[in-house]
Order: sequence, then C-alpha cells, then structure tokens
Amino acid sequence: MFFTQVLNGLQLGSIYALVALGYTMVYGIILLLNFAHGDIIMVGAYVSWLVMAQLGLPPVLAIILSVAACTLMGVLIDKVAYAPLRNAPRLSILITAIGVSYFLENGAQLVFGADAKVVPAYTELTTVQLGGLSLSFPSILTVLVTVVATVALTVVVQKTKLGKAMRAVSEDMGAARLMGINVNTTISFTFAVGSALAGIGAVLYAMAYTQANPTMGMMLGTKAFVAAVLGGIGSIPGAVVGGLLVGFAEVFVTAIGLSVWKDAVVFLLLIIVLVVRPTGIFGRTMNEKV
Amino acid sequence: MFENVSRRNFLQVSAASVALLGLAGCNGSSDSGEGGDASGSIKVGIMGPHTGDNSSYGLACLNGAQLYFKQLNEDGGVNGKQIEPVVYDEKGDATEAVNAYNRLVQEDGVTGIVGDVTTGPTIAVAQASVADNMPCVTPSATAADVVTYGSNYFRACVTDPEQGRVMANFAAEQGYKNVATLYLSGSDYSEGVNAAFCEEAEAKGITITAQESYSEGDVDFNTQLTNIINTNPDAILVPNYYQDDGMIVTQARAQGYDKVFLGVDGWSGIYGGSENYADAADLHDCYYCCAFSSSNDSEVAAQFIEDYEAEYNETPTNFCALGYDAAMVLANGLAAAEEAGLEPGSEDYKQAVIDGIASGTVEGVTGSISYEGTGDPIKSSLIITFAEDGTEETFEVLEA
Repeated sequence: MFFTQVLNGLQLGSIYALVALGYTMVYGIILLLNFAHGDIIMVGAYVSWLVMAQLGLPPVLAIILSVAACTLMGVLIDKVAYAPLRNAPRLSILITAIGVSYFLENGAQLVFGADAKVVPAYTELTTVQLGGLSLSFPSILTVLVTVVATVALTVVVQKTKLGKAMRAVSEDMGAARLMGINVNTTISFTFAVGSALAGIGAVLYAMAYTQANPTMGMMLGTKAFVAAVLGGIGSIPGAVVGGLLVGFAEVFVTAIGLSVWKDAVVFLLLIIVLVVRPTGIFGRTMNEKV
Repeated sequence: MFENVSRRNFLQVSAASVALLGLAGCNGSSDSGEGGDASGSIKVGIMGPHTGDNSSYGLACLNGAQLYFKQLNEDGGVNGKQIEPVVYDEKGDATEAVNAYNRLVQEDGVTGIVGDVTTGPTIAVAQASVADNMPCVTPSATAADVVTYGSNYFRACVTDPEQGRVMANFAAEQGYKNVATLYLSGSDYSEGVNAAFCEEAEAKGITITAQESYSEGDVDFNTQLTNIINTNPDAILVPNYYQDDGMIVTQARAQGYDKVFLGVDGWSGIYGGSENYADAADLHDCYYCCAFSSSNDSEVAAQFIEDYEAEYNETPTNFCALGYDAAMVLANGLAAAEEAGLEPGSEDYKQAVIDGIASGTVEGVTGSISYEGTGDPIKSSLIITFAEDGTEETFEVLEA
C-alpha cells in the first residue's frame, strides 16, 4: 500500500511538474506568469476527445494532434495576445494572460458545452502486474514520460543553439538582441516547447482521469503555478521538484484522511515558501537592474 | 437529490416564508375557493421549474403528471368528473413558487397540487400550504424537511437517507461482510446517503472498513482508493453523481479492484446517456438503486414507457415516472373525497383528500406507494446493474 501511495504521489506530481515546466520556461524568458497555460491543457484534452470520440481516429493520431494543437495554441496566444505588449508594463501583460485564460474557458464552454466529455482510452492496457502488486498503467506511464521530457528539455536548454539563445534572452533581452539573437523567434520557441509539454500533460491527464471539461485547466494551472514558485520560478529542476512536492503533499494529506484540507495544505506550503525563501527552493536571488 | 438547490435558495426560502406568515394571517379564512364547478370538473395545480436551470426536472415531472391526468380523464375521470390541470412555472425560484401557489389556491381554486419539484421552492410551498391544509404531492423533493411542516404534504420519491438504507439492506442480502465508502464531502446528498448507509449496515452486522471523502471538483481518487482497497472490502459504496462515479470506477479498476460497487440514484446516466462516463468493461458488478429505470420490465412500468413514448416521442426518465406517480397519488386522494360526497373546496373535502392519500395504496410506475403516518412513502426500490455491453438491467425489485 505504501508503494502504491508513492506511485499515486509520483503520478499526480508528474502531471503538476509537466505543467509547471511550461510556467517556469515562459516566466524565465519574459517574466510573464502565463495564466492561460492550464487552459492549454484543456484544449489538448478536448482535441483528444474530438479525434477519438468524434472522428473515431486511432489514439496515436490523437496524441500527435493534441500535442500539435497545444504547441500551435501556445505560439498563437503569444503572437496575438502577448507579443504586441512586449514593451508594455508587466501588469498589462499579466492581466492579458488572465483574459486569455477566461477566453479559452468560456470559448470551450460555448463550443463543447459545460458538461464533461469522456476521452476514450488511449490504450487497452490499464493494469500492470508487478511482483504481486496491481499498478495502474497510466500512473507508470505518466512518471516515465515526465522523466524523459525533463531530461530532453534539459538537453535542449543546455546543449542546443536555441537553448543557448533562450538562456541569453532570459539573462538580458537587450544584450541578446545586440549579439544577433532573434529574440522573437526565441520567445516563440519557448512558448512552443512549454505548450508542447502542456500537450503531453493533457494526454497523460486524459489517460488518467478520462474526462475533459472547460474549467479543468483552472485548478490544475493554479497548482502547477504553486509548484513552479515552490521550486523556484525560472528553474527547470525546480519545477519538477516543486511539482512532485505538491503531488506528494496532496496524496499524503488525503491518505491520512484529510482530503478536504488538501488544497489548503498546498497553498499553505506556498505561503511558507514565500515567507521563508521567496525565490523558491532552486531560485537564484536576482539583483534588480537599476 | 437536490440539496444544493435548497442551500442556494436558502435566503429566498427564508424571505418567502417570512412574507408568507403575513399572507397566511390575512387569508386564513378566505381560502375556501371553488374546487370545481357545476359542470363537474376538478381543478388541480401542477407546478415546477419549467424554464431555467432545473427545467429538465420540472418539465419531466410536468409531462408525467399531465399524461396521468389525460389517461384518467379518458377513463372517465374521478367520480365522473374530469380533472382540469392548471400549470404554473415557478422558474426554480422559491418566491415565484409561493406566488404560483397563492394564485393556484386563491384565483384558480384548486383542490390539490402536484409539486413542487426541487427542494428549495418545495420547502417554501410546503410552509405556505400548511395554513390552507392544501393536499400536495411533490414528485421529487428529497430533503427531509419537506413533509415535516404539516400533514398535508406528501412525496412520491424516497429521501436520500432512505436510499442509503436500501443499499445497506441490499449489501446485507448479498452477504457482503466488509464495505468501504467514498463520498463527496460537503454535499448533503452524498453525506446523507453515506451516514444512513453506514448506520444501517453496521446494524446489520456489516463492517465499514473505511469511510473516505473527497472535495467538489476533485478528479484524482487514487489515494482514497488505495486506502480503501488496502482494507480489502467486498464492496465500495459510491453515493455520488455519475460524472464522479465514472472516474472513481475507472480509477479503481485500473488499480486492480474487481469487486462490487454500490451506488444510489445519482448513478443514473453513467452509461448510455449523453456520454459513457465509464467503460462497459469496468461496469461489471456495479449495483445502484433508483425509483424507475427504462429497463424495468414490470407490467405497469412497461405500459407507462409505451404510453409516454407515444405521447411525447421520447424515453421517460426517473422524473417523468415520479411526476406520473405523484399525480396518481393525488388522484387517489381526490377519489376518496369524491366518494364521501363532500363539497369541493370545503375544509372537510381537503381533509378527506389528505386522509385518502395517507390511507391508500397506489400501484405506481415507480412501485407500490403507501404512507404510514408521515408524508414519506413506503415503496419498493429497483436495483439496477449493467450488462456486458453496458446497458442497464433490472437486477431485482427490493420491497419496502
């Protein structure tokens, strides 16, 4: 039972981590809390539903199209809503992000209705037998995919030219531009990668929880935001550790029979971190440029 | 089933009841309106939310009740008199409901009412109707309060706790020794069923191995299910609505739980409705109780389904059946008063209708309905299960 609960925590934490990675990357590069990020996951889940339940196409196609739709959505949101405000005060762009979030939620409600839609199973395999234990296949897959995605992301950011450009833009946008880095392309790329991760998160979410509804991204996004801040916003390992921490905290509180207090405990964690160590676990203290 | 409505409308209910105390004082003596006319018709009111959020429930009850009165009239009515339904929409609002009630009683002069439909407005109407001693039958308001204000209010459905007791009896009958529960914290419906189930089950010698809860909006039930499965229960009670039930069943099956699930009427719609909220393959060994299912093969129910489909061109739901039965219960009371040869609209007439309902038994489409000193019915329940392809089947009829 202990092992199963650990797996439950890992699964929940992994989904938070995937979403938190998107938050953290966008924040790292343009200091924007992209509140629409959770809703991109909702879009991904609906795409899976459309492809499988409505069009009757195979799950592989649903996964590819969901991730592609999320990626496209992320880049599109940046181009339409955020790019024109690149030089505007940070508050304007933050409020725009909240606006985009509401737009997506209500848009989905208008198009798909308020009722939950059931995303068909991606795979016949639901249970894995491991040494006498019955383990849920979506749980194991979620954990594995998150590990792979995190490693891949780290490699992209640390080893590739685009990754180098991302780090440069995040350190000093003006200087990066002077060095010949195409800032807009780099920002678009960041949105694309972050949203692709959200797309993967959407598929894993739909696999585990089987339902898509217009407001599903709201709480998920908020929890992932807490995870990103907890780990140190802007830090990739921070997002993963923060996500796992939030996941384990929820599972622990629920397992001891206090499920009603679950959300309160998560937000209490956020408050404690903000008071004790405002930059988060892996955050660097940054000196404000004068 | 509609506790949330009751809480949302609490203020309106309170306001309505205060307003009512005044009204009741003024109108106490002028309420003996005409209950019918010389040509020999009997006016009855039908009220409910026919527009707005809860309109699907209100319209279903209305259709059911009107179908019953139509059939009754075709068969010659009550004591040779035709039933003349007067319909009011209260828009799901307690104040509107009291207004509609006052119009029915004072302007239309009805002798009985089928309604109201949801808990909040029904409580307001129940409080208003006590002073008039107006016979009323609600098809579907499940809160305990509804029938406690006076002896004039009856219901055709069973209460939430009663459903819990029904499932506890079913569990005992099936020989389950250990049962765990997973309910929605903060929902009167879910908590009410859970508490009644646990009490009754323990009285029957069943061990409750775990009582886990979750919050509104949760989608991950794995942690609670791991705790529950670890206690190795023979069955898990899930007294929630179908969207949550679907996720819970799916996640439990993924964790390797292959034994029994027990549910209540909130399960209705989990499969074969607008969406399939769980795979047919996962719905094996799931049992829930409800008043009516289109899978019911009893003669009365089959006839009702046929008639309803002919009249409205759609398959009747639970609420259509309850509306039909509520109308039947009221008509049974009216028949008693007519037989006694009393003058419609008089105090004696109304009391005779109430006594007629209280002492009579009707064979409704949701089972046999009788009353024992309260407005809560003694009635049978259907236990529904799922075939291999997910379609609902009547497993058995549990007599009261």
